Amino acid sequence: MNNELTKERSVREPLFHIEKQDGLASWKAWLIRGGAVLFALVVSGIVSAILIKANPFEFFAMIFDGNFGGTLRIQILLRDTALLLGVSIAIVPAFRMRFWNLGANGQVLIGCLATTACMFYMHGKVPQGLMYVCMILASVVAGAVWAVLPAIFKAFFKTNESLFTLMMNYIAQGLVVYFLNIWAKDNPTGQLDPIWDGMFPQLGNQYVLPILVVAVLTALMFVYLQFSKQGYEISVVGESENTARYVGINVKKVIIRTMIISGVVCGIMGLLLSGFINGNVSRDMVDNRGFTAILVAWMSKFNPLVMIGVSFFVVFMDRGVIQAGRHFGVTNDAYADIITGIIFFFVIGCEFFIGYRLRRNKQKKEEGKK
Amino acid sequence: MVAFLISTISIGVVFLYGCVGEILTEKSGNLNLGIPGIMSVGAAGGCLGVSLYMGGLSDTADANYFLVILSAVLMSALFSAALGAVYSFLTVSLRCNQNVTGLTVTTFGVGLTTFMMESVVDRSRLSAASTLIKLNLPFAESLGVVGEVFFSHGIFVYLAIVIAIVCGWILNRTRIGLNLRAVGENPAAADAAGINVTRYKYVPTCVGSVIAGLGGMFYIMDRSGGMWGYGVEAIGWLAVALVIFALWRPIVSILGSFVFGALYIAPNYIGGANRELFALLPYVVTVLVLILTSVLNSRETQPPAALGLAYFREER
Repeated sequence: MNNELTKERSVREPLFHIEKQDGLASWKAWLIRGGAVLFALVVSGIVSAILIKANPFEFFAMIFDGNFGGTLRIQILLRDTALLLGVSIAIVPAFRMRFWNLGANGQVLIGCLATTACMFYMHGKVPQGLMYVCMILASVVAGAVWAVLPAIFKAFFKTNESLFTLMMNYIAQGLVVYFLNIWAKDNPTGQLDPIWDGMFPQLGNQYVLPILVVAVLTALMFVYLQFSKQGYEISVVGESENTARYVGINVKKVIIRTMIISGVVCGIMGLLLSGFINGNVSRDMVDNRGFTAILVAWMSKFNPLVMIGVSFFVVFMDRGVIQAGRHFGVTNDAYADIITGIIFFFVIGCEFFIGYRLRRNKQKKEEGKK
Repeated sequence: MVAFLISTISIGVVFLYGCVGEILTEKSGNLNLGIPGIMSVGAAGGCLGVSLYMGGLSDTADANYFLVILSAVLMSALFSAALGAVYSFLTVSLRCNQNVTGLTVTTFGVGLTTFMMESVVDRSRLSAASTLIKLNLPFAESLGVVGEVFFSHGIFVYLAIVIAIVCGWILNRTRIGLNLRAVGENPAAADAAGINVTRYKYVPTCVGSVIAGLGGMFYIMDRSGGMWGYGVEAIGWLAVALVIFALWRPIVSILGSFVFGALYIAPNYIGGANRELFALLPYVVTVLVLILTSVLNSRETQPPAALGLAYFREER
């Protein structure tokens, strides 16, 4: 008797079971994602009320003020959106073929370093036009080299690309520190002074041209991924390498080619950062945008057009929370990372409710009696 | 030279905690890129625990050795286990992408740590607590140079080595370890054999997080003498890299962590303009090991086969 009881308990089913669902209408999917963001914002408000004793309404008002209060803040919002979007655009082709490129930080930074090297050594010694050409070439080649090394080993030996690219970030950072020690050795701060004369000419102010460049890149990438044969090949490799091989796609070639494209765009972002905006290079210039861009690309389902909105939202929240935090007496900007993390957690988690469905299990006991 | 060796051991131990924690996690098939964040919150939690305990005392001289250790370990474990549980819930129960979740955990964890250390934790008495935590074995002085190098450390150095050995033993010599490796290699087969896959992913990930978190706590409270810096995240990434260097073996990771430790601090002991290039060595070495193991492609040196993949029973 006792034995029977335990037996019954052991086969008792859980209350719910999970079922995969395909083809949820896309408006429903976006509704779920929007709901997750709203929910995350509510949670952020509560967390802020507890951690920094912020009145939630004032908190969200400050977020808006932090972004739209004044021309300068709007300009910075747009600039940062463009920079984040640009890096997201750079990594998206690789992610479409399931190549986990965690090295965008390094690929952009090495582009910054190459650009700055050209400015440092050539400025005033060669014609300005020639220097610009060298800067563009150097940044693009540097980014491409940093991206293609892991790709070659991935293609030929299946070397784990996420860890390889991750290490390349730190090698790039180390190189920047090394060269800064040489270039700025007379500067007590260890910083390299901006080489203003070596930078590209501005259009209105220093933000307009970079934003335009990113806009063009976004459009080109959208067309490339959506309408070109190569873009299609990338998608096939991402879906299934075996299928790709079966239909005659040279998988190795696609991996290497796609990562070169990724690296080239990363290099261009480095060019924008150093040659258009800052005029120098520093260890943390990329500001972890390579990692944030992964989340942006992933949340946008790797669609370049959706990425415009998502990167705007991410930068909006980040900058807004920094301002709101300062308003409530937080002395460091790290508080924004907490809120960003909370929002990402919810948005990542909500994908479950798009891909799967929870079903209540029927009471099997009743059926058994009949 | 003696100072170099002592420093190598203490920084190596930080790597060792992070690495062993990540090995345990990866053996269950979870590639937890949140380890840098988890090590950070482990540090923040430990400091919070110590500061709460020290803050309650009227005089820092009254501090009790065991209570300081206890408050540090408990709060550190609480924080890192909580973040590990968030990671597990998202990747195991909700089957979210592990890389994306891990990166978010790192963003969140590093942000939370900076916020806590600068705005919540009372850091004024941490260094007093640190001298207690660093308290070495009583017979260290009597053993000369050997004693100074190997026995002049705080309790957490030896704990790390013990944890690494125990983890190695559990993974390779016990039924639990066998089940765990089965889940990491082929969760469907493990499930068919009656192993509770969900439990075997949750528990190692959370335990691994606690171990890694102790590494962060050790870094601030022992190695840095209670001083707060921003170095935990970078060390966390190196710990993730060390897992590859150690070929997913906790015992090998003991050796590996000291090699990494030596490479990591070597630039401080080398003069000249090229010292910054030496700082690149740990990363370059990791890349070389990564390439070498994949080129050799031997079965013994491969990551768990199902690493990074979410398991859903009904999926074919």
